[in-house]
Amino acid sequence: MTDPLRPVFVERRAYRRRRLMDAARLLPFVGAVLILAPVVLRPEGRAMTTAPTLIYLFAVWFGLIVGAALIARRLDDEDRGAD
Amino acid sequence: MVPFNVLLAVALGYVAFLFLIAFAAERAAQRGRGFWLRSPAIYTLSLSVYCTAWTFYGAVGYAARSGLEYLTIYLGPTIVFLAWWSLLRKLVRIGRTQRITSIADLISSRYGKSPGLAVFVTVLAVVGTTPYIALQLQSVTLSFSVIARSVDGGWALPNVNATAFVVAAGLALFTILFGTRNLDANERHHGVVTAIAVEAIVKLVALLAVGVFVVWGIAGGASDMLSRIARSPIAEAAAPGPRWVALTALSAAAIICLPRMFQVMVVENADERHLSTAAWAFPLYLLAMSLFVVPIAVVGLEILPEGQNPDLYVLTLPLQEGREGLAMLAFLGGFSSATSMVIVAAIALSTMVSNHIVMPIWLRMNGGRGATVSGDVRQIVLNARRASIGAVLLLGYLYYRLTGGTEALASIGLISFAGVVQVLPALVGGIFWRGATGRGAATGLAVGFAVWLYAMFLPSFGDWVMPAHVLAEGPFGVGWLAPERLFGLGGIDPMLRALLVSLGPNTAAFVVVSLLDFPSPLDRLQAAQFVNVLDNSRRPAGWADTRAEAEDLLVMAQRIIGADEARAIFAEFAHEQGKAGALPDPTPAFIERLERELAGSVGAATAHAMIAQITGGASISVEDLLAVADETAQMMEHSSQLEAKSRELARTARQLQEVNEKLRELSEQKDAFLSQVSHELRTPMTSIRAFAEILMAEDGLSGEEVRRYSGIIHDESLRLTRLLDDLLDLSVLENGRVSLDSQECNLHDIIDSAVKATESIISGRAIEIRREATAENVRLRTDPDRLRQVFINLITNARKYCAAASPVLRIRVRVLRDGIIVDFIDNGDGIAPQHRDIIFEKFSRLSDQAAAGSAGLGLAICREIVTRLGGSIAYLAGEAGTAFRVTLPRQADGRAPVRAGADTGVSSEGEAA
Repeated sequence: MTDPLRPVFVERRAYRRRRLMDAARLLPFVGAVLILAPVVLRPEGRAMTTAPTLIYLFAVWFGLIVGAALIARRLDDEDRGAD
Repeated sequence: MVPFNVLLAVALGYVAFLFLIAFAAERAAQRGRGFWLRSPAIYTLSLSVYCTAWTFYGAVGYAARSGLEYLTIYLGPTIVFLAWWSLLRKLVRIGRTQRITSIADLISSRYGKSPGLAVFVTVLAVVGTTPYIALQLQSVTLSFSVIARSVDGGWALPNVNATAFVVAAGLALFTILFGTRNLDANERHHGVVTAIAVEAIVKLVALLAVGVFVVWGIAGGASDMLSRIARSPIAEAAAPGPRWVALTALSAAAIICLPRMFQVMVVENADERHLSTAAWAFPLYLLAMSLFVVPIAVVGLEILPEGQNPDLYVLTLPLQEGREGLAMLAFLGGFSSATSMVIVAAIALSTMVSNHIVMPIWLRMNGGRGATVSGDVRQIVLNARRASIGAVLLLGYLYYRLTGGTEALASIGLISFAGVVQVLPALVGGIFWRGATGRGAATGLAVGFAVWLYAMFLPSFGDWVMPAHVLAEGPFGVGWLAPERLFGLGGIDPMLRALLVSLGPNTAAFVVVSLLDFPSPLDRLQAAQFVNVLDNSRRPAGWADTRAEAEDLLVMAQRIIGADEARAIFAEFAHEQGKAGALPDPTPAFIERLERELAGSVGAATAHAMIAQITGGASISVEDLLAVADETAQMMEHSSQLEAKSRELARTARQLQEVNEKLRELSEQKDAFLSQVSHELRTPMTSIRAFAEILMAEDGLSGEEVRRYSGIIHDESLRLTRLLDDLLDLSVLENGRVSLDSQECNLHDIIDSAVKATESIISGRAIEIRREATAENVRLRTDPDRLRQVFINLITNARKYCAAASPVLRIRVRVLRDGIIVDFIDNGDGIAPQHRDIIFEKFSRLSDQAAAGSAGLGLAICREIVTRLGGSIAYLAGEAGTAFRVTLPRQADGRAPVRAGADTGVSSEGEAA
């Protein structure tokens, strides 16, 4: 995006909002890496042990949900504030 | 034990309850009290149609077979919902701004409102969804029979197929009742959505209840459960990495591409902000749904007898433990999962079928008369939709009968997923890549669909469609064409292979054709609209030129969206246009808006075609765009011409004003001149008359007196004559009628004769004249008499006005390259700066003293003469006394005045001196 009218620097609030959007965009990639890690990074030929992996996956899953909720809530608040 | 009657009663009661819920929600929405119907919670719960009977029953079976792999079916959608900000928000925004009715509509609308693509995606969706509907029917009948078998003494389910048919018919009825109440797909189906939300809660509660019962009822809590898992057959699973990744990707893609998911996520979305809640709440729902899957599978494997279908552990475990109530709840949960999926899928598919297949055919059959012929299009669309719902469910039932209901639930689900996922490249490419074209999308879809049909869908029917030898060895013995070893990918996982061989060529064809293609104007327009939807929600400029009549449009709109709604829209727009009546002008903006409204009912392609029939322009062509561009260019040129003209007019007006001002000044000058002349003439005339009267009247005048008086008369007459001469002179000079007698002469001679002439004048004091004889010796071509007149005037002035005790006049001559400067400098007082400009004006005299005999015309005449001679005269500042500088050209041709002092260098011609 090379919009000549877009200011180079934005004030603090808008800056925070942009970073929040960055986080929202980044989150699925973080999630994908964390979710695929236990199988993809497993040494060749070794089977996956169900119980520990199960705990790991649910922990990651829950963490991602909390992260998404925090970001979504903040973005929502910003939206309402901006109106 | 559960008697069949009780089971039937519970099932029917539950269905009645759902009807009631749906009915109440519709009523509330109609009365405008249904604000809670539009809450983020309802939206999130409605998304749970993703969790079908396959999820409810099949996930446990999946876990019992392959361990944790079932989780990928939930983790994929989780990742997609984490990407709500960049992906889902865009989809929902597009859906709302373009009034998208289905995924086929989205693809068609994106790629130039292509009807062909819409048909294609619709067929794909129907074919891909039919197995899934069959799966739901199968699961419901299975669950019925499971509970039936568990009864002591056993009551055989009268007829499994009949059960499936009754279920399908009941679902069709519900869907038709609540799914086709209103035509506009963008008006939410509140009843359906609310019923689905309730079902979402039921299935979650049921699965959680069974899970809690298993972990804390059968096993001894969480830690005991973990150790049981570790001891179970699925404690370790091979879980190959590529398959894990492929399944996650597949389920992630499916949640975007599944028609029913698109329906609840995009079409039924009431507020874009609900997404921000669903972004975390829906993954949370999925997490809860999958939390107890492994424990149920492990315990089922452990305590249930060998040979039990693991797909039904959710039901059989409570029954085994004698918990009929829990089993009933589980049954309702499974029933909810199945029904909600079927209902939404049927609505989504019927919308597509009626909008993209039935309506275009109907329009075609009605020929060019289109929507303006008599007949209620609205009713036709609704009926088409109802028939489509019936047809979709019938197809599902037939598929169920054909496949015999023997497949493992999970594998049918995956085949289904892989089918609808073929839309993914066109969909994602369409909303993120402006270069994606309709032909590219069509090619990609065709390739992907063909491979999927051949490699996955047809083999799922069993031997009678695709014989085993073809399956294993390929048609005509061509090994690499065998569905199981397509393109030589025999060694890898079937799932991964199916994805690679279908999505791979699909994406490749889509991208390559798009890169080589040049899209239609409408295609490009829509591409910009879709890809940049988050940046600017501008409207497309589709209908550039229109011959549509507002009344025709109203007639058509009434037939599609209903009389009241159509009138309301027209009136609203007329009001916006500032018109009093009910019919707005058919401006492009209005037609676009109307098209969008109609698109909400019959889909973008159909709406576009219908409007086109009335407006006469099927779509904008390059020529149209060029014409518009031309017009714009012409208008711009025209306006710039106008601007130039107005600038010119302003300039002319200014000039006129200036000229006018000058005329006024001239007129004033003339008046002043006349009064001045009259005054100047009057003064001598008065004295002449007075003395003449004395001479006439007085007899006894002495000779002395007579001489004196007649002398005065003579003097005054002379002065009058001189004045008249001067005036005449000036007039001649000013009118340019003077004829110059140019001849070669010597400046020295002219000055000589001028000095001599002034000496003969008696009046005035003597003045010493200092000259530079050698410098004066310059030859020039001019009118010597005129020049002499100038010099005489200047010398006379010096004699008259020089106030010094012993007046001295210095005449200085300098020769420049192209001119001669003659300075007349006396040792008087000089002229004050503020007077230096006016001394050359007519009748200007600085004082009255010593002014006798002068009318103040001398310098004015001098200036005129010098100007005629091509030179200039100016007061020379910076000298001791009064000084005038006369600049003359060497060649007085009367044309080019010489710039005084333009060049100080003495020219080589100076040697002529």
